[in-house]
Amino acid sequence: MTVVTPTLSAARSRATRFEDSPAAREPFLVKWTVIVVSIAFFVTFLVLPLLAVFAEAMRKGWAAYLTAITQPDALSAIRLTLLAAGIAVPLNVLFGIAAAWAVAKHDFRGKQLLITLIDLPFSVSPVIAGLIYVLVFGAQGWFGPWLYEHDIKIIFAVPGIVLATIFVTVPFVARELIPLMQSQGREEEEAALVLGASGLQTFTRVTLPNIKWGLLYGVILCNARAMGEFGAVSVVSGHIRGQTNTMPLHVEILYNEYNFAAAFAVASLLALLALVTLTIKTMIEWRAASSVVEIEEAA
Amino acid sequence: MQRTKVRRVLPGFGLSMGFTLGYMSLIVLIPLSAVFFKASSLGPEGFWAAATSPRVVASYKLSFGASLLAAAINVVFGLMLAWSLVRYSFPGRRIVDALVDLPFALPTAVAGIALTALYAKNGWLGQYLTQIGIDVAFTPLGVLVALIFEGVPFVVRTVQPVLEDLDLEFEEAAASLGATRVQTFRRVVLPMLAPALLTGFALAFARAVGEYGSVIFIAGNIPMVSEITPLIIITKLEQYDYAGATTVAAVMLVISFILLLIINGLQAWSARSSERAR
Repeated sequence: MTVVTPTLSAARSRATRFEDSPAAREPFLVKWTVIVVSIAFFVTFLVLPLLAVFAEAMRKGWAAYLTAITQPDALSAIRLTLLAAGIAVPLNVLFGIAAAWAVAKHDFRGKQLLITLIDLPFSVSPVIAGLIYVLVFGAQGWFGPWLYEHDIKIIFAVPGIVLATIFVTVPFVARELIPLMQSQGREEEEAALVLGASGLQTFTRVTLPNIKWGLLYGVILCNARAMGEFGAVSVVSGHIRGQTNTMPLHVEILYNEYNFAAAFAVASLLALLALVTLTIKTMIEWRAASSVVEIEEAA
Repeated sequence: MQRTKVRRVLPGFGLSMGFTLGYMSLIVLIPLSAVFFKASSLGPEGFWAAATSPRVVASYKLSFGASLLAAAINVVFGLMLAWSLVRYSFPGRRIVDALVDLPFALPTAVAGIALTALYAKNGWLGQYLTQIGIDVAFTPLGVLVALIFEGVPFVVRTVQPVLEDLDLEFEEAAASLGATRVQTFRRVVLPMLAPALLTGFALAFARAVGEYGSVIFIAGNIPMVSEITPLIIITKLEQYDYAGATTVAAVMLVISFILLLIINGLQAWSARSSERAR
């Protein structure tokens, strides 16, 4: 299975284990050269861009910052971003649970093919993700004339934005749940059924508690991408201010108007979202790691 | 192994499978097929002409060249970073570990404008680079920088778990047989990491080829010089050249599918070799 997003892996990093063994220990100088070079790379390529967002956002002070993020256009962009994520994430959660239930708890031919297909949206350029909906629903597209007759707008309107957002976030929850549910096996569910639980009871009382952390992990990553998607949404949006602009698109418009401080102010909200996402993600990982240690200690 | 027909015990297979396939078809598969229907409407000659016009070919060279280079750079530094995180303890290690995934969480447009601000002539890094005659922003070098940013987690996160699971016995055996640390690294550790490194390379490359948001701000988007292939698709769409846009998209899609197959193969190999190393 393609590892395109982080997956919740148990028991992280026991550096001391390696440093205790003389065979796996490098000389002091080598060790610190590797650390310094890799951290320099890390700071240059990851930390500096992050700091730049906040520094540029604050360049004209708090007042300008607050004005930029409370402008009507900015607020409507925030609303649209929340709406798109609010539709895309629950749908993909539903899809992820259904796909994981089918794949992990049952045997059928072509399972590997299905898993590969679920990953497909990750390998498609975001621009193409937008383009396909233009080809289907656009004025020149398959349903274009029919939609025009019935006065339904999908492309250059909110439904197109929602569709593009759903497309790019399809795999997040499924790819988190499939390996998790596969590793948990089927015995607990089978026991519940034998004891007389209904299918739904088995799912809500047995499966769901077992997968809740993996599910949350998938949801926050799915949400981060849904709120931050740019390329796919850009193709189908039409960039109508106050109507079809999401937050990332609003950032682009402000930036192209040389309104840098405002662009970075809105961008800083998205950067904060990224930091919150990473914090929750790390907390779930630590939780998973400590529960593995507990199990190991109990054994 | 004797194969017996297994009766399905757990309920809901029909419902969950039906929903999965229906959802996939409506959201992903049927819309994607539109690319190939539309592209085939041009006929072979029209398709070839649209797919190989000079400006488009220049964009392939930039997109694929910069993506290859960015992925290669990420392999080198990603390995060092993963090595530091797994094998050494140093102050701030857990924060570094958590922030490695930043490119997954930070919207590409935000990354794009931040990198542009950093590398512009008056930016934190750009002002020094300009003095030594290196222009990053609004040149192909800018494309490379953005693609390096987006690719960082792929290599680190594929190498890291393999490195964590690596049994020390191999290195201890090599050392006891008289190998130096350098020899052990080159002949014992590196071969065991090779599948993971290649997988990380392929993932970073696949991501970089399709990347749009972080690149367009810093690239300058000069036709024939710093214009990436995804931008060509957008430009053609804005000119209502749907057939042209779709043709380029079809070329990219086919390449993505091939990459996806290669990555799946690499991961199967990686999983097998780390099984053996345990």
